Amino acid sequence: MSKKSAIWIMRDLQRCSGCRLCEIACSLYHEGKIWPEASRIRVFKLVPGLEFPHFCTQCHDYPCVNACPVNALSVNEATGAVIVDKEKCIACGKCIDACPGRIPHLHPNGKYILICDLCDGDPQCVKICQRAKYNVLWIVPRSGVEKQCRLYARTPEEITEELAENIYGKFKEVYK
Amino acid sequence: MKSRGYNGKFLEVDLSREKIKVLDLEEELLEHYVGGRGVAVKFLWDRLGAEWEKVDPLGPENLLVIAAGPLTGYYPGGRICISGKSPQSNGIIGSTVGGEFGVDLRCAGYDGIIISGASKDPVYLFIKDEDVEIRDASHLWGLDGKKTLVRLTKECRDELKRRYPRFGEWKDPSILYIGPAGENLTRVAVVMEKWTHAAGYGGYGAVMGSKMLKAIVAKGSGPLPDVYDPVKTVSLINRVYDLCIARDGMRRWGTGSAGYSVGYSLSSEPIRNWQEEWHDEKSFGVDRFERKVWVKRYWGDYGCPTTCLKIAVVKTGPYAGAITDNPDYELQAYLGTNLGIFTPEGNVYVSSVIDDLGICGINGGNVLGFAGELYQRGILTKDDLDGLELKWGDPKAFAKLAEMIAYRKGIGDILAEGTFRAALKLGEMKGRDLMPYVVQVKGTGVGAHGIRSKMDYPTPIAYACSVQGGDHTSVARLPIHSSGSELIRIMCDSAVVCIFNFYPDPSLIWKFYEAVTGYHQTAEKWANGDGLRILQIQRAVLLLGGPDFTWDPRIHDDNPLRFYEPLPSGPYKGQAADRKEVEDLKRQYYEAVGWDENGIPKSEVLRKLGLESVDKALEKVRERYK
Repeated sequence: MSKKSAIWIMRDLQRCSGCRLCEIACSLYHEGKIWPEASRIRVFKLVPGLEFPHFCTQCHDYPCVNACPVNALSVNEATGAVIVDKEKCIACGKCIDACPGRIPHLHPNGKYILICDLCDGDPQCVKICQRAKYNVLWIVPRSGVEKQCRLYARTPEEITEELAENIYGKFKEVYK
Repeated sequence: MKSRGYNGKFLEVDLSREKIKVLDLEEELLEHYVGGRGVAVKFLWDRLGAEWEKVDPLGPENLLVIAAGPLTGYYPGGRICISGKSPQSNGIIGSTVGGEFGVDLRCAGYDGIIISGASKDPVYLFIKDEDVEIRDASHLWGLDGKKTLVRLTKECRDELKRRYPRFGEWKDPSILYIGPAGENLTRVAVVMEKWTHAAGYGGYGAVMGSKMLKAIVAKGSGPLPDVYDPVKTVSLINRVYDLCIARDGMRRWGTGSAGYSVGYSLSSEPIRNWQEEWHDEKSFGVDRFERKVWVKRYWGDYGCPTTCLKIAVVKTGPYAGAITDNPDYELQAYLGTNLGIFTPEGNVYVSSVIDDLGICGINGGNVLGFAGELYQRGILTKDDLDGLELKWGDPKAFAKLAEMIAYRKGIGDILAEGTFRAALKLGEMKGRDLMPYVVQVKGTGVGAHGIRSKMDYPTPIAYACSVQGGDHTSVARLPIHSSGSELIRIMCDSAVVCIFNFYPDPSLIWKFYEAVTGYHQTAEKWANGDGLRILQIQRAVLLLGGPDFTWDPRIHDDNPLRFYEPLPSGPYKGQAADRKEVEDLKRQYYEAVGWDENGIPKSEVLRKLGLESVDKALEKVRERYK
């Protein structure tokens, strides 16, 4: 795969139905099982109706990669994805703290960190989201959006707050 | 046991003694009772059957069983089954609710939970894999549904972060909870998940309330249990995806398209306590809901490719700020047309109030409609209602009465007993028979699908012969192995599959079941074997009943009286249920499921199914009707 084919997963979080088909597809692909907590893409529901998928945004400056003390993280030049070396990773969590969205999380086995690897250029989450016609996720060339990617790295609380503004509008505080 | 589709474990929590243990399930139990409703029925019979009549559904002796099935998490669309001795029917009702709870529980390593005893103080159960704790809920007791859910989500996420700080951001755990109606032991109280899905039929919110159990929180970090044939399982998942994704109408409108169409085209929608079943109120069309109140067009539960739900917010006017999942057909009918309400805003408002209180949309709407008709007829007066003018079509009035029910204030204390029991008590007070206005079967309000026009799916004996009474998702139907029959619905509730994802190809559940568990079943084999065994136990406990009421099948295997009154309007005007037809169908149904002329399961049928203890317990019932 050449560098110009690097992709990005465009996202429209307001449309998320909370169906979690993306989580299922991700964990089946990476773990061979349905395993919600081992999925690299995770659907949060801090408030019902404000579900959204939370997964790596491939920031142009890759703060997670830079924060790793053991060089367990690297960038796949072809896809732009962050690749975790499971053998090297010491599960210290420094990449979580470095991520503006606190997106990486530990594999439930506790041994290494999980970060979206873009399924080597063919993301399973996007395929199922498109097949099910939700259109929350779709693929665009990374070249046109590179500098915007980082903006999408937000914490679950921040994203929830923003979605509440848009979906529940002036009633967003009612149930706090 | 061999790992195939099950964890093989239930959590057992004794709230009186504050003891928690893990119960290993025997393979034979799973093979014959599957999970969900089936396993719940078996546990309840084994543990409470000997003294069934004496068990108070709202006493500490009752059990609350929360059971996933082998297909929970695998068959697209997550649900879990909630059961126990029902405070509505005095039998067992398997009541399922959509969400993620079943998946979280299975990923935590359990197929279900049995809760016994009762706590002295409000508590909630916290489950994170093997860490299981009974925690204080006094700060949550009294809170409405949405506040309970939001606070508990935050509290438990913080707790997960505190306990496992290296993990990163924790997703929200799944939560089953009750509102004030459950706390105050109203028989129309539900067990809720998200906002707001509910295990409605059965009244299990009151059972949770009687145990002082405000909520159950689960976060599982493991995978779903391994399956028998992983390749086939994934291919079946994809098959269901394709079938469901192709159903554009169901996806776009959900069952909410029926609030108009079931009334208009099928003449089977409850209107003003079932006085009519036909309307042509386009103001109640699904398009009006869509344009006025939907803020989320597709909203679904775990792994669901249909996502028939929507989120609704009333933005302006007197009901502004009402938030709920958009009323599905049942709630459009019971909290809309049945109360004379024909606007999306009014319907969403009443639904939102009902959700916050933790009242069942169907059974709550049923008792509100009953009260509405008594007011219309002058049987209940403004004085009886603490000054409330309960006029048809007034959302605020019905919401106020719902609140009185949830807090058992004034006449709400009587109505909180559900339509049937309330009618007995009010009838006594008023010195007249109120049964003509009661639209329920064996303690449970009838679902929003009438039988008089004969256009909708329920047959004339659909409710009369169901072991779950008025439950529209578990109706008696011939032949007993047909996909709409109660026997097959027992499979849906035991494997725990959403019936809306089951419909597109009802044959897939058996293939799915075999791929996941390795056990072979067919509809015919099930309806005459393992499924029939579960049905017989449910029938037996329904007939044993008690302690406050015992059903007489010769009288109570029948439709509500209202269904024998001719429809007063619409294209099917004049049609009514026919007594002779009902009797004929009843005989045929009794014969098909092995019940005697009084509707009691026959001795030889029970013995053939290995249900000697059930047969023995029914001897006194047979004696009763000799």
